[in-house]
Amino acid sequence: MSINQIDQSAKFGSVTFPFPIFTASGCAANGKELSQFFKLSDIGAVVTKSVMNNPRSGRATPRMAETASGMLNAIGLQGPGIDSFLENDLPWLYEQGARTIVSIAGESVEEFAALARKVRQAPGVSAIEVNISCPNVENRGLVFACDPVSARNVIEAVKRSIGNTLPIIAKLSPDVTDISIIAREVHAAGADAVAMINTLLGMVIDTKKMRPLLANKTGGLSGPAIRPVAVRAIYQVHAALPQLPILGMGGVMSGEDAFELILAGASGVSVGTASFNDPSAAPRIQQELAALIEQRGFNSVAEAVGYAHRD
Amino acid sequence: MTTPVQTQCEVISNKRVGAYYHITLSADKISERAKPGNFIAISVGDEKSSMLLRRSFAIYQASGRGPFGGTIEIIVSANGPGTRWLVNRTAHEKIDVVGPLGNSFGIPKEPVRALLIGGGYGSAALFSLGDALRQRNCRVEMIVGAATADKIFAPVEGKRSVHSLSIFTEDGSMGTQGRVTDPIESLLDHTDIIYACGPMGMLQAISKIAAKRGIPCQSAVEESMACGIGICMTCVLPVIGDDGQTRMVRSCTEGPIFEGSKVRWDAIGTVPSGTYGGPK
Repeated sequence: MSINQIDQSAKFGSVTFPFPIFTASGCAANGKELSQFFKLSDIGAVVTKSVMNNPRSGRATPRMAETASGMLNAIGLQGPGIDSFLENDLPWLYEQGARTIVSIAGESVEEFAALARKVRQAPGVSAIEVNISCPNVENRGLVFACDPVSARNVIEAVKRSIGNTLPIIAKLSPDVTDISIIAREVHAAGADAVAMINTLLGMVIDTKKMRPLLANKTGGLSGPAIRPVAVRAIYQVHAALPQLPILGMGGVMSGEDAFELILAGASGVSVGTASFNDPSAAPRIQQELAALIEQRGFNSVAEAVGYAHRD
Repeated sequence: MTTPVQTQCEVISNKRVGAYYHITLSADKISERAKPGNFIAISVGDEKSSMLLRRSFAIYQASGRGPFGGTIEIIVSANGPGTRWLVNRTAHEKIDVVGPLGNSFGIPKEPVRALLIGGGYGSAALFSLGDALRQRNCRVEMIVGAATADKIFAPVEGKRSVHSLSIFTEDGSMGTQGRVTDPIESLLDHTDIIYACGPMGMLQAISKIAAKRGIPCQSAVEESMACGIGICMTCVLPVIGDDGQTRMVRSCTEGPIFEGSKVRWDAIGTVPSGTYGGPK
């Protein structure tokens, strides 16, 4: 049997993607580099690096530390700013035939709303990811995604900005007591889907220098080390909100890993840190996933979503 | 920049050279694209490896056609678990390689007098450059330095790539006792361009001397990288652009070779004030 016989489509709000594997924001830049290794239109969508209103230099180095089956990063959202992104990166992605989910990040509710307005007016956007794992400068630097009220305020503001023109995907942090509470809030505020999990906050101390290794001291932990956390979080949110589509991510290195997230309740899966190890990871994982889903007797990816929840 | 490829490379040989390992890989597609100064990124460990990040190595030699087809050679210093895994590979084993990556050394069209300076295994990147410069009828002088004799990488066959080769060790165990920076001032009177590869401190010192004399200094930096292909944004350093603006640029894609006078060496490890998009 050919591996492409099953229906691989993945639905997020009003948009259906032909394939279930996506890049993860911040692990694919804006597509150009990975396009040297595979055709960007061969996967579900490219999720671009979270872009802010103004250009950002990002943080000082060291920005990265390898850890057992993972890595810490503290890049600091280095990027060109929304105007340059919309003028240069987005049209390029469109020319490649890539479906694009634009990830936005802000330091205030108003910045998120302004970014969403600009993205709405741009051609060639399939959906908008709202990266609420940023510090809220108006609220003592508290991360939006870690506070139900702040998270809701951002999504409400984005919804007011763009209405139903584009599906809104809220990106959630696992660094909370109960992630399903945050998911419920953002869903009620108008999110059509959630992307989860963002990195977990971690720290490495350099035992020679006897100081934190990263210039920023703390960084986000990613890679297979966090996969069981992702599986648990996705399982919990799918159990609480079975109708809410989940874009799953967290340490997916193989088709089997992606399948695990789908069984937990993800409708599609993003590949992040794996691309650093293997620039062809996204299309490889997609092929492995399709073969595995067919092997398990499903006719479509959608049939397998949340299958681990059955009695 | 040439388009990199990802390929499974067979280890042809792995030989110890002083403190380093000289590894030759069969790599047709990479070798035919490689230019002096390019690097490759290698995935370390088996498929269940807990080490996710690729290790990057400057290409020592790229040979188009030989008894094993195209080959790539690298010089590896085993100073961590990833490089220790790599130096334990034996002939016929396969490893996953992405390359060629990064920019390459700029080679003048006119015959010039070039000074090549390598620190530690950094000299490895300079021998193929020496060959390319000699083909353009350039005068090529090379200085290689390290702390101790075992950390000098200057193979006998490498002497064919240059007109003169001098060696400096800090402990005097090989060549002249001292640092590569010691003889530079006197050499610069008859140098049109410098090419340097080695530790950051060495590159900074050489760039400073070169800038004072107005001599271009192409410096190949070694920053820690996670991917090597430009998507992780971890290997950045502050570099002044043609417009005078400092930006945090990736050493994997915009580099690894930068004009020394454009790198804000003192500010590495910070985001210097005035950097594009920097904190207000």
